[in-house]
Amino acid sequence: MATKAIKKTETGETVIHIEGMHKWFGNFHALKDIDLEVFQGEKIVICGPSGSGKSTLIRCINRLEEHQQGLINVHGTNLTSDLKDIETIRSDVGMVFQSFNLFPHLTILENCVLAPIWVRKMPRKEAEEIAMDLLERVKIPEQALKYPGQLSGGQQQRVAIARALCMRPKIMLFDEPTSALDPEMIKEVLDTMIELAQDGMTMLVVTHEMGFARKVANRVIFMDAGEIIEENDPETFFNKPQNDRTKLFLSQILNH
Amino acid sequence: MKEKSYLPGTHPDLPPPTSEVGVVGWARKNLFATPADTIFTLLAFYVLYSIVPGFMQWAFIDAVYVAENREACWKMMETPGGAACWAFTSIRLNQLLYGFYPETEVWRINLSFILLFVALAPVLIDRLPFRKQFFIFTGLYPFVAGWLIFGWFALPPVASQDIGGLALTLIIGITGIAFSLPLGILLALGRTSNLPVIKILSVLFIEFIRGVPLIALLFIASTMLNYFMPPGTTFDLLVRVLIMVTLFASAYMAEVIRGGIAGIPKGQIEAASAAGLSYWKTMYLIVMPQVLKISIPGIVNTFIGLFKDTTLVLIIGMFDLLGMGKAALTNLNWAGLHREMYLFVAVVFFFCCYGMSLYSGYLERKLDTENKFQKK
Repeated sequence: MATKAIKKTETGETVIHIEGMHKWFGNFHALKDIDLEVFQGEKIVICGPSGSGKSTLIRCINRLEEHQQGLINVHGTNLTSDLKDIETIRSDVGMVFQSFNLFPHLTILENCVLAPIWVRKMPRKEAEEIAMDLLERVKIPEQALKYPGQLSGGQQQRVAIARALCMRPKIMLFDEPTSALDPEMIKEVLDTMIELAQDGMTMLVVTHEMGFARKVANRVIFMDAGEIIEENDPETFFNKPQNDRTKLFLSQILNH
Repeated sequence: MKEKSYLPGTHPDLPPPTSEVGVVGWARKNLFATPADTIFTLLAFYVLYSIVPGFMQWAFIDAVYVAENREACWKMMETPGGAACWAFTSIRLNQLLYGFYPETEVWRINLSFILLFVALAPVLIDRLPFRKQFFIFTGLYPFVAGWLIFGWFALPPVASQDIGGLALTLIIGITGIAFSLPLGILLALGRTSNLPVIKILSVLFIEFIRGVPLIALLFIASTMLNYFMPPGTTFDLLVRVLIMVTLFASAYMAEVIRGGIAGIPKGQIEAASAAGLSYWKTMYLIVMPQVLKISIPGIVNTFIGLFKDTTLVLIIGMFDLLGMGKAALTNLNWAGLHREMYLFVAVVFFFCCYGMSLYSGYLERKLDTENKFQKK
């Protein structure tokens, strides 16, 4: 089956390289000595208790948060305070947020074509064609002319995914994409993400959806108190967790 | 148990009972919902009944519209002074509208007033054909209007002291409104900026201007501003007043806009940044459209306040609509008719301000994408 095929760890080139990275919020040491290597086409699920720094980690990758020490390299570009570099990286890295963050004053279609037109300088017609294509793929082309406020949460999150894909990103970051959704809408979003994974997209997903992790992830990373505690393939991670904190966490989220 | 009329799952939507719809339903819901409502409704009707007919009698039915002077006016009434003498305002209409602007040149003010609507059209109507071309004219309008009103090349110049009445009110009001919004946006962005120098300068400016009464600023404009200028440069008093009024309104506008910025979820900016949009593009495309929308009530509030504050120029010897009215009252032929004059001025102001208010309500409904205003 196709799901089997994506499970094997692809050994493409490195697309994200993080080395000895630290991050503080004021006095709070939020990320401690993070090392992470992400390869082309890999799907990585990051989990951990709240406040463990998992969202902060992926937000550092597109510089929504600034790290204070260490190295982050995305597609060969080092993240520094250089605005041009930041904008280059951001236009190559798509992000999907917990609270969707669609632009409420623009229609679905306008949401999708905004960045391609203003950042990529794409002609509007071409951008709209790409957008309609992607809206088709997330199965809501008929909503293109509506406003975000008129859509359900699951539909909004699928639009958010399509919007990010319109930039033709090389990497997609998902920050708890299903946490703000009603239970019956989680599946439609996860299905969209699974399809995306099958197409070979490099994905970093912060989520507690362990079913998704088992099905899609090449690697699962467990974080606690700003550190990467454990990093393994899903098989080992779920069946033979090494660290006590991982065991405790898994027992809490799997047996509720 | 009573038998159900429909099987479970087959119940159709029925029309609501008559007490919920139509005039009867409306009156019940809005006028006579509770005993207290009923009392207030009747009380309100009684107050209207005792004021409106008497006012109508005074203002329209018994009023005199054409007369030479107050004496003649009052002679035509049953009781002298018992009704309105609109002859006063109509004879003085030219001055109330244009001040002492030369009568042969009044067309220039009228033309710039008409052109104002051409300039406003692309701002107010977004489906306007040739909107881009119209916007070019909007950008040029301040210069065209300045040229028409003050005169220069091909038009005889008119001294700014001669401009007065409603024309002066509108010149100050519209200039203030048009320039205080963009300036206020810049100040608000400055105040929310991460760059310390820009932030401090914006805070200082806003707090200084807000902390000083407009009258004081107008006095500064009329007496002191020339001392701060290099010797030899003189600014026309009207230009100085326009600058002061604009700065004054922009400080208030900045705080209204800042409130709006605070109301935009952080996620909006993050989503825009994450897509690679620069700071200015994020502000222009994502933040400001939403901020301006949620700030409409505050913005229009500031506009209306500014428009009414234009009457303060009276104090530094400029004759706006109210000033012209007051001046007319000192004429012995018409002395004693202040009710008519002030009512006239009040009505003109009310229509200008209420017009702005109506348009803002329309704009709020039009820009609403969350159906908050949609009728159920």
